[in-house]
Amino acid sequence: MVEVVSVVTKRLRLGSLLGELPGAARKLAIAGLVILGAIVVMAVFAPFIAPYDPTKMVDSPLLPPSSKHLLGTDMLGRDMFSRIVYGGRIVLWVVALATALSAVIGIPLGLLSGYYGGKTDRALSMVMDAIYAFPSLILAIALAAVLGPSPVNAAIAISVVYIPTYFRMVRGQVLQVKATPFIESAKALGLPASRIMTRHILPHLLPTIMVVFSLSAADAVLTEAALSFLGLAVRPPTPDWGFDLYAAKGFIQSAPWLIMGPGVMITLLALGLALIGEGLGEKVRRTIG
Amino acid sequence: MGLARYVAVRGALIIPSVLILYTIAFIILRILPGNPILAVLGTKNIPPEQLRALEHQLGLDKPLYVQYFDYLWRALHGDFGQSLVIRGRPIAADLAARLPATIELAVAGLIVSLSLGLVTGLVAGLRRDTKIDTAMRVYGALTYTLFIPWLGLMFQLIFAVWLHWLPVSGRIDPRVNIKTITGFYLIDSIITGNWAAFKSALAHIVLPALTLGIVLSGPYTRLLRNNLAVVLDSNFIMAYRAHGVREKRITWHAFRNAIIPVVTYAGLQFALLLGGAVLTETTFDWPGIGTYLVEKIQYRDYPAIQAVILVFALIVGLISLLVDIIYAYLDPRIRY
Repeated sequence: MVEVVSVVTKRLRLGSLLGELPGAARKLAIAGLVILGAIVVMAVFAPFIAPYDPTKMVDSPLLPPSSKHLLGTDMLGRDMFSRIVYGGRIVLWVVALATALSAVIGIPLGLLSGYYGGKTDRALSMVMDAIYAFPSLILAIALAAVLGPSPVNAAIAISVVYIPTYFRMVRGQVLQVKATPFIESAKALGLPASRIMTRHILPHLLPTIMVVFSLSAADAVLTEAALSFLGLAVRPPTPDWGFDLYAAKGFIQSAPWLIMGPGVMITLLALGLALIGEGLGEKVRRTIG
Repeated sequence: MGLARYVAVRGALIIPSVLILYTIAFIILRILPGNPILAVLGTKNIPPEQLRALEHQLGLDKPLYVQYFDYLWRALHGDFGQSLVIRGRPIAADLAARLPATIELAVAGLIVSLSLGLVTGLVAGLRRDTKIDTAMRVYGALTYTLFIPWLGLMFQLIFAVWLHWLPVSGRIDPRVNIKTITGFYLIDSIITGNWAAFKSALAHIVLPALTLGIVLSGPYTRLLRNNLAVVLDSNFIMAYRAHGVREKRITWHAFRNAIIPVVTYAGLQFALLLGGAVLTETTFDWPGIGTYLVEKIQYRDYPAIQAVILVFALIVGLISLLVDIIYAYLDPRIRY
């Protein structure tokens, strides 16, 4: 029992988790953290980094990149670099909210469903499987369309898509952990179910949850960008990468540089989060097997 | 149990999942706040009696459960109702006109992603733990995080705007006449022997198919590589080697065994392919279901959105059935 507790507490710390990673996986995770960190810093300190107001016309439209405008100006004469710097705010906020929402709903549902089993479990699993199998982007598009374009609505639409991911992963793991002797002994000791789930089962799932969290966040970045690209996340003139990319689409012949900033940033952020998940995943595979 | 019975049981299982999605779509579109008619008209200043007449005409004044079953019953007969925006226009006709374009694109994307994924996965798996292996794995991870519209626009920029090798967007040159029979331009042009149309359709599909295919090829790389690694380490391969079987033959046997999970994944991935098709279609102005959905969303044409979701649910269900049949054929142990 003592041994189990020490293993559990050790797994809870990200620092030690990183330290225990094999060399290549650690490099991946650190590279991901650096990319994510840089984008977060850029978004938080946007007012100090961006040279211009991202929503105001500051020069003639469609100017090519220059020392005055690092990424040129868009069709409305706004500084593209400033829009990119500010654009990170919306993506990060929507993705953080969406992944948090889907984790907060999906994890408890998966825990309860897996632990108690029965008819509710089967019905819930069926609904989750149906949502899981459906093209997630189309579901998010339909939801966002009905809710109306706003960052919070986009986050809600995205979160619905990832609830089944958490649910299925947690439920599957609960079924595995539930069968181990130490859970049986906890039950024999007469511990309440709520305590067994939160203190004894949940800690075992944490490493996997962290991997799923960063991988679904990477995916959510692309989904947010997609909703935004289709005009379902923000209203103009709010700077947002996906939306700015769509706006640049019409000027691919006359101002091709406009697609670079938003495209590179979306891909970079998704890559950063995926690298973190990839690195941590190596560790999970080694301990859980 | 025979294969026929298996197919029947498995086919019946599509029904609940399509029903669940229909129900979700219904809840999202009808029960959430907001009057669809007001949303379409974009105004609240409409005489109440006129509004009621419109609601009656569209069946929106009936109790929700009646609407739920009414629509389902009609959808089963291929009637998806009428567009709210262009009144009197059957949605089923729009869908029938648009669906072949999306399927053509999705199949082309699938071909690209499978060929790229299988080649990179095979190379990585056979050269395990070398630099080539690492390069292929990086390829797999990197392509997966690419944003489809951006990759598409980059291709447009390089191959259409700069090099003038391929058209920027669209499905076929508007100056080319094509007689549609199946709705699949590549097939129709071959049937009618219209080589100008074939050339144009082929040139138009290359960039969208590459965009979609590259982004979705990564998981195949990883899957095939990891499966190959397991199979190549297994006892039967060791036995082959001990018997002096040639490497080429061994590779073939390993490949055959490693490919089975890839088939399952290809089916699962079709959902991703359809989602990605919406973005690819928007990027390349491809006249398929994806651009249709985006258009209808702009006008808040709810019956049309509902129909698109239902059609996608059906396609996903049918594809997963098809995959299970192929799977059962490949591996005779799988039966109910």
